[in-house]
Amino acid sequence: MEDCLSKKIEITVSEAEKRTGRNAMNMQETYTAYLIETRAVESQNEGQCSPVDSLWRRYSEFELLRNYLLVTFPHIVVPPLPEKRADFVWHKLSADNMDPDFVERRRIGLENFLLRVASHPVLCQDSIFYSFLTQEGGWKEMVNETGFQLKADSRLKALNATFRVKNPDKRFTELKHYSDELQSVISHLLRVRARVADRLYGVYKVHGNYGRVFSEWSAIEKEMGDGLQSAGHHMDVYAASIDDILEEEEHYADQLKEYLFYAEALRAVCRKHELMQYDLEMAAQDLTSKKQQCEELATGTVRTFSLKGMTSKLFGQENPEQREAKIKVLEEQIQEGEEQLKSKNLEGRDFVKSAWADIERFKEQKNHDLKEALISYAVMQISMCKKGIQVWTNAKECFSKM
Amino acid sequence: VVARNKRVITAAAKKKKKTPHPLYPGGIFQNTLLYGKSVHLLILLFFSIQDLSLPNGTPVDTSSPASSSSLLNRLQLDDDLDGETRDLFVTVDDPKKHVCTMETYITYRVTTKTTRAEFDLPEYSVRRRYQDFDWLRNKLEESQPTHLIPPLPEKFVVKGVVDRFSEEFVETRRKALDKFLKRITDHPVLSFNEHFNVFLTAKDLNAYKKQGMALLSKMGESVKYVTGGYKLRSRPLEFAAIGEYLDTFSLKLGTIDRIAQRIIKEQLEYLVELREYGPVYSTWGGLEVELAEPLEGVSACIGNCCTALEELSEDMSEDFLPVLREYILYSESMKNVLKKRDQVQAEYEAKLEAVALKKEERPKVPTDVEKCQDRVECFNADLKADMERWQNNKRQDFRQLLMGMADKNIQYYEKVCGTA
Repeated sequence: MEDCLSKKIEITVSEAEKRTGRNAMNMQETYTAYLIETRAVESQNEGQCSPVDSLWRRYSEFELLRNYLLVTFPHIVVPPLPEKRADFVWHKLSADNMDPDFVERRRIGLENFLLRVASHPVLCQDSIFYSFLTQEGGWKEMVNETGFQLKADSRLKALNATFRVKNPDKRFTELKHYSDELQSVISHLLRVRARVADRLYGVYKVHGNYGRVFSEWSAIEKEMGDGLQSAGHHMDVYAASIDDILEEEEHYADQLKEYLFYAEALRAVCRKHELMQYDLEMAAQDLTSKKQQCEELATGTVRTFSLKGMTSKLFGQENPEQREAKIKVLEEQIQEGEEQLKSKNLEGRDFVKSAWADIERFKEQKNHDLKEALISYAVMQISMCKKGIQVWTNAKECFSKM
Repeated sequence: VVARNKRVITAAAKKKKKTPHPLYPGGIFQNTLLYGKSVHLLILLFFSIQDLSLPNGTPVDTSSPASSSSLLNRLQLDDDLDGETRDLFVTVDDPKKHVCTMETYITYRVTTKTTRAEFDLPEYSVRRRYQDFDWLRNKLEESQPTHLIPPLPEKFVVKGVVDRFSEEFVETRRKALDKFLKRITDHPVLSFNEHFNVFLTAKDLNAYKKQGMALLSKMGESVKYVTGGYKLRSRPLEFAAIGEYLDTFSLKLGTIDRIAQRIIKEQLEYLVELREYGPVYSTWGGLEVELAEPLEGVSACIGNCCTALEELSEDMSEDFLPVLREYILYSESMKNVLKKRDQVQAEYEAKLEAVALKKEERPKVPTDVEKCQDRVECFNADLKADMERWQNNKRQDFRQLLMGMADKNIQYYEKVCGTA
């Protein structure tokens, strides 16, 4: 792997702060700002810490950065941002953007985003990205000056292309289907998981009632009293344990969410390919029709029905000079068209090649990350079971002393 | 007489070796003394009442249900309930459905093995239905009103909500009926009751039932404590305490029952979600290549979780809840016995007062008052003995029950852990 930025500097999003300010319409708004800290990685351990640079950014600036990267590197699967609004919540989680738990998880997500970009062999070299990390003032203006917004493909154009493209690369078609299904299955999974978490929370918490009633009961008992009382305490511990367990599970959910959003990025690359391919097909079609026109004019035969042909039959053909002129223009256009087609073809092939390379890289990353996520989920479940066994064994011991 | 009593004391003392030494600091039962001592003292008292003749030599005619000599024998025989010297074993099993024109019902096989002289044969096997158990319980209540009779599982079930013939229901009921008979078997007085004997041995119980009814109408129950309308002067502290204890006890049990039901409900709802959760991982696995295996693994694991959880909820429903409900019923019937005891004492006090007021010559002490006094003291003795036994059994039952509950939960987690 080439020298990624992530190897040269340490990046952290270390803090989040609530701020108030005035927005574009001069209305007061509250938002959260995040502190990005960067520090050069010492290649030799001289024992001295390099100075930490830091600046504050808010979520909308992260969004701007990402949009820039999307447009500038359409063949790259651009890492996603953490969700803008709290989604897939279950009853205990707050859907409020200002909720400290949500802000904390977002902070982690933003850090993750920066690290992913910094470790991407292509993206990490971008200067705008570097400035995002290091230059507090004037960054927004810098981004806008690149004029990337103009390069952006319109949604409508992309949609049109999706429907009309005739010969997209089969691999991209498959990939498109895959990313659609992935999106659907992960969002289903997250939704059900949220409900599962909700129910599990209920089960654990009701056990807390045992604690109270055992305590009351123990007051009227003789020999049974102590056993009941201490068992009740364990029931309280059991009921309380679910909070930590579910908090850990939220991290797992966040890992899944990242890939849910990654699916969208995959989709974007496929769309770009479709667009380019459609463009190519349109250019080729245009060229063919021009060549045909040229031929017709030159030979005077009308191969296919054309309005020109009709009118010339009805109103008489043009005189030779007019025809010559037309042929000349057409030939020039054809020349241009052929060159354009050639370069478009080249562009297209380059795109496919580099996109596919990044897609392979992404696939490996995805498999690795998700496997780890699943393993850690299993570990979480095992740990939850072990805690359960512990608590009930303790309770059982208390009961045995009754 | 003295020799006899000595043996009784030893027997009682031996019986107590398993009970932990109950020194209750400031406890309610302080004036009852330590359980062990109290029981044997009461038995002594009981016998002294029995054997004492009145000042003028007339033997006291007691209407207490158990005569002294046979009681003594029984106590000697039954001194060790560890099963080492137990001589009566009863089991309820093998439920069968009977379909008749008028009705459909279930019978259970009741098997008895015994070496007791009261039984003609060493082994019996009869079939009984719930009605018969209900009859037995009523008979016991009538004939042994001073004792605590174990409860039966609930008689009525709301049709349509519970299936009377489902395997789970029948099994739960069978266990409860088995418990019922075993508790009677363990009781030193109840197990010698003649109705119990007939219940265990008669081929045709219905004939006996009819006969019993006829006899009843002829003689009139000799031991029917038809008292009423007497106001109790002062309830002895220990019985007041028992009453209060039972009130709180059944209250707490009711709460626990509700909590357990709530937990089961939540668990079932959790199960519903889990059932949807697992397959989604499978679907995802179908999309992937490298990740297919781990995803399938998670799906399978969740599936196992579902099965284990189902078992846990079922076990709780079938084993845990019925015992709670049984003890609540038990408490109710015990409170009734306490009320009867109060009545007996009230009657005695009233009659005593009446006699004192008359202030006539006292050639003979009216047997009426003496009878009442006896009744009171018998009742108190029986009740105390039974309470102590009940407390012990209750402690063991709950210990077992709660440990069982803990065990089930542990098993559940172990199952899930294993597959994860």
